Amino acid sequence: MVQYTSASFDASFAAISDATRRGVLEQLGRADASISDLAEKFNMTLTGMKKHIAVLEQVGLVATEKFGRVRTCRLGVRRLEDEAAWIERYRQIWDARFDELDRVVEELKRQEKTNGRKNRK
Amino acid sequence: MDARTESESTPTSSRTSVERKSEREIIVRRTFDGPARLVFDAWTEPELLKRWWVPKSMGMTFLACEADVRVGGKYRFEFLHPSAAKPMAFFGKYLEVVPHSRLVWTNEESNDGAVTTVTFEEKNGKTLLVVHEVYPSKEALDANGGMENAMPETFSQLDELLVDLRSRE
Repeated sequence: MVQYTSASFDASFAAISDATRRGVLEQLGRADASISDLAEKFNMTLTGMKKHIAVLEQVGLVATEKFGRVRTCRLGVRRLEDEAAWIERYRQIWDARFDELDRVVEELKRQEKTNGRKNRK
Repeated sequence: MDARTESESTPTSSRTSVERKSEREIIVRRTFDGPARLVFDAWTEPELLKRWWVPKSMGMTFLACEADVRVGGKYRFEFLHPSAAKPMAFFGKYLEVVPHSRLVWTNEESNDGAVTTVTFEEKNGKTLLVVHEVYPSKEALDANGGMENAMPETFSQLDELLVDLRSRE
């Protein structure tokens, strides 16, 4: 399973809070590109673009691979929705469990009312 | 966790809220309409625990539920899922037991098991229940969160359902 954490969820938001990085994601959504392609397209030094790519790569939004001397970038496997889905799945399990617990608590309350607390067990 | 954090937790549309507190921790909260002693009983009397721990929607049968709820006491839960050849067992021991207020236990079925702390906080006849799980590592929580390792079929179905629901939003 790919790793999803809320700490990295925050990091993902931080990663896309930058206009250049959003532009890079948009660009990579159309086609893979090398870091130098991207640097040129965004009018930026190679070092500057490398830093942006490193931020995106760290949160899994971009994956890079080196072919010879060229590092090619593409969209990473991670999507922001995955984070929310992970939490939601976890929540649904507990929610279902707690719906049943609600019923048990209701019943215990009724029993207590009828029998008095000391006689329940 | 301090009381301030509890009271500040924002209610969501659902009554159960989940917060990934850190890389290794996850917190589940829900308020029950009943006094803490009854909610606590439901967590500590095996006959009661059996009735809710595995929701019907999971389609599993509770085979055994043993819980010796005292410090150092052990518990063992066994379930059978129709698609599984063998029952699954969950076990560990209680580290802290404070009647009507706090339970701490270990999960020892794997090396990646969490330490679970449950607190019961009563207010005006209602009980705020907080389940706090601390895993040994970030990877352990990523992999074990929601017990999906234990119940792969069920959760892959749930996954599909979620994807459907999300695409409708």
